[in-house]
Amino acid sequence: MTANQDAGDSVLVAKEFLAPKVTKYVVRAPDIARRRRPGQFVIVRSHAESERIPLTIADGDAEAGTITLIVQEVGKSTAEMAHLMRVGDRFADVLGPLGMPTHIEKYGRVIAVGGGIGIAPLHPIVQGLRAAENEVIGIIGARTKDLLIMEDEMKRACHSLRVVTDDGSYGVKGLVTDAIQAEVNATGKPDLCVAIGPLVMMRAVSNLTKELGIKTLVSLNPIMVDGTGMCGGCRVTVHKETKFVCVDGPEFDAHGVDFDELQRRQRFYTPQERGSYDLFLKDHPHDAKNCKLHKMADAAAAERGKETK
Amino acid sequence: MSTGHDKAVTPKIDLPVGAEPNLSNKERMAIPRQEMPQQSAEARIHNFLEVPLGFDENTARIEALRCIKCKKPTCIDGCPVGINIPGFLTKIAEGDFAGGARILKEDNILPAVCGRVCPQEEQCEKVCTVGKKNAPVAIGRLERFLADWEREHDMVQPLIPGAPTGKKVAIVGGGPAGLTAAADLVRMGHKVVLYEALHKPGGVLVYGIPEFRLPKKIVEFEVRQLEKAGVELHNSVVIGQTFTMTELQEKFDAVFVATGAGLPYFMNLVGENLNGVYSANEYLTRVNLMKAYDSHADTPVAKSKNVAVVGGGNVAMDGARTAKRLGADNVYLVYRRTRKEMPARVEEVEHAEEEGIKFFFLHNPIRYEGDADGRVCKAICERMELGEPDASGRRRPVPTGEFVELEVDTVVVAIGNGPNPLIPRTTDGLATKKWGNIKAEKKSGRTSIRGVWAGGDIVLGAATVILAMGAGRVAAKSIDEYLKTGDWPEVTLDG
Repeated sequence: MTANQDAGDSVLVAKEFLAPKVTKYVVRAPDIARRRRPGQFVIVRSHAESERIPLTIADGDAEAGTITLIVQEVGKSTAEMAHLMRVGDRFADVLGPLGMPTHIEKYGRVIAVGGGIGIAPLHPIVQGLRAAENEVIGIIGARTKDLLIMEDEMKRACHSLRVVTDDGSYGVKGLVTDAIQAEVNATGKPDLCVAIGPLVMMRAVSNLTKELGIKTLVSLNPIMVDGTGMCGGCRVTVHKETKFVCVDGPEFDAHGVDFDELQRRQRFYTPQERGSYDLFLKDHPHDAKNCKLHKMADAAAAERGKETK
Repeated sequence: MSTGHDKAVTPKIDLPVGAEPNLSNKERMAIPRQEMPQQSAEARIHNFLEVPLGFDENTARIEALRCIKCKKPTCIDGCPVGINIPGFLTKIAEGDFAGGARILKEDNILPAVCGRVCPQEEQCEKVCTVGKKNAPVAIGRLERFLADWEREHDMVQPLIPGAPTGKKVAIVGGGPAGLTAAADLVRMGHKVVLYEALHKPGGVLVYGIPEFRLPKKIVEFEVRQLEKAGVELHNSVVIGQTFTMTELQEKFDAVFVATGAGLPYFMNLVGENLNGVYSANEYLTRVNLMKAYDSHADTPVAKSKNVAVVGGGNVAMDGARTAKRLGADNVYLVYRRTRKEMPARVEEVEHAEEEGIKFFFLHNPIRYEGDADGRVCKAICERMELGEPDASGRRRPVPTGEFVELEVDTVVVAIGNGPNPLIPRTTDGLATKKWGNIKAEKKSGRTSIRGVWAGGDIVLGAATVILAMGAGRVAAKSIDEYLKTGDWPEVTLDG
């Protein structure tokens, strides 16, 4: 309807397939790139009829005027981004940076835990923590080797790094919680734990660190509409108080988060989401065998495998 | 479709071309208030099309003839923006609709909006002299008629920008206050840049008020007029996040903050975060802005059989009527006082009632229960009774200790909104009230920061479209004075 002078800026400048269903998008968004701090997110619509989806900012380059989003294809909107957007295309809107930045100070020793695509937003937080003279121990995990992203970047950013996979196809077989326990056993209790990943992972980490008495921050990614405090759809109970993730978060004290409630709220639209996704896949058939994207991802994974050997 | 008239029969009146028939006051008073045709309740609960269908030209002229042209037109005082009401009524009576629209637009840039959503019965029509004996002149419906006529006949006078002053003004928020200020400021010759956080400008006019009460194409049309006049619109920019107020102050000669009441209140009840419990903002935004009423839209909204809407204002009515249109079997309107205390417009309450909304007056939700999937399944409400009047002058609802359970799968909480925190919390030195509303001087909209104005719901708390427009107008005038003189007299902050 209205010409949006800013939308012209939101061009997809690079796109890279990191792992099956995981894509990296570099988006021109100079104003956001200049202002964003670790921990913040954007709301994106890839086209004018799309829903508004919140995505954590994985990285940014103020000079180049770009931000990086690492997105897992989980439904129609993320599938549209992955399959229909080409480099040079414009997003209808990219709004942000939203939410409060991570509170970074000198804590001492910090364990930074990333699971799946949660490793992406964890990376700039680790860099920030390191710049603030913390000793950062990284723990990253994925279901399987192919799904592990940003190992090299994390290796560079952290003082030490533990890698786990659920199936043992890479690194140590186990969950990130096993690695936390192992790290604590080896080096003692850290001053802070930061965990970003799937809700089940953050919950498990929270349960463990509560037991161990380690202060823990988690970054929540609930369902949202506007992202500016207006709808309240993203509300979450923290220490028995209702908070809006978009303006009060997205990071909270893990030990106060009502994960049961959050998980339930996440699943509210699952039937509709699944329906839309199925329809999309039907309209855009691409089986894994013939899919160019999957092949590229496989090749990239093989390449990374070679490097690390 | 009903075209029912008042019981009194409209006398036969000749309507000469281009002139007002010569009628005595007695003859004018004998004309009954003209009814506006509307979609029947049975039809409209299955669609999102507008309910009242508007006057035709003859009906409009006859209704306008009911004005007895008081020497001291009280209706003008009753209008928050002081529209020359008798002036445009006379033009309608003459059949000069373009002329009427010109008069109307002098004081109101959004008449098609106000003609639909203003509470005229509390304003201009409340103090109409005709209304002392008979039903008041249907000023609101005539306002809407003129605006629609002008637009539909492609006769809209373009907004003419004033001679360039070289000054730049930033407006934060594209709702009624921001749009009004933008129009006035551009007319005064200032360069106007408007920042809107959502992907479409219009604020509550696009995300809140449903299509069946205010078609979105009307808002789009009005916004386009501003753009044609040179107002620069930037959607999807959140001030306080994308840019700070300090940055705006550096880039602009003045900043007007009109960010609205954008933080929904909840009641802190057990079960309020169950699935299917929405703020009215979320429910309406999903349906209006994100078009969830269209099953092909990408943004979903809950499918509901039994819906409880909590609250008694216009937003609650919008929520209830929306739920009905989305296919709910039962929609309960739960309000802790009685019909008399409801802040909603009478017309909205009547429309809701016609559409089969079930009113639960003197009930207040105290707890929600959920099913195994975490979806709300029950609203437990306490019966209330009215006690002594409270600070607002309305009788205070008092709990009785008696409870009822409503089986519901969706709850829409429409008990109001607080101010959005993004600007106050990122702007040093901006004085705010206890609950975070920005403090501004009533007569000018000036805030505690030199060169920064505020108006609309961010100052007033949740109020009305027309009051926000009035605040936009007041601020524009004060901004213009400041830009001309550079004077910033001592500010007397309200509240």
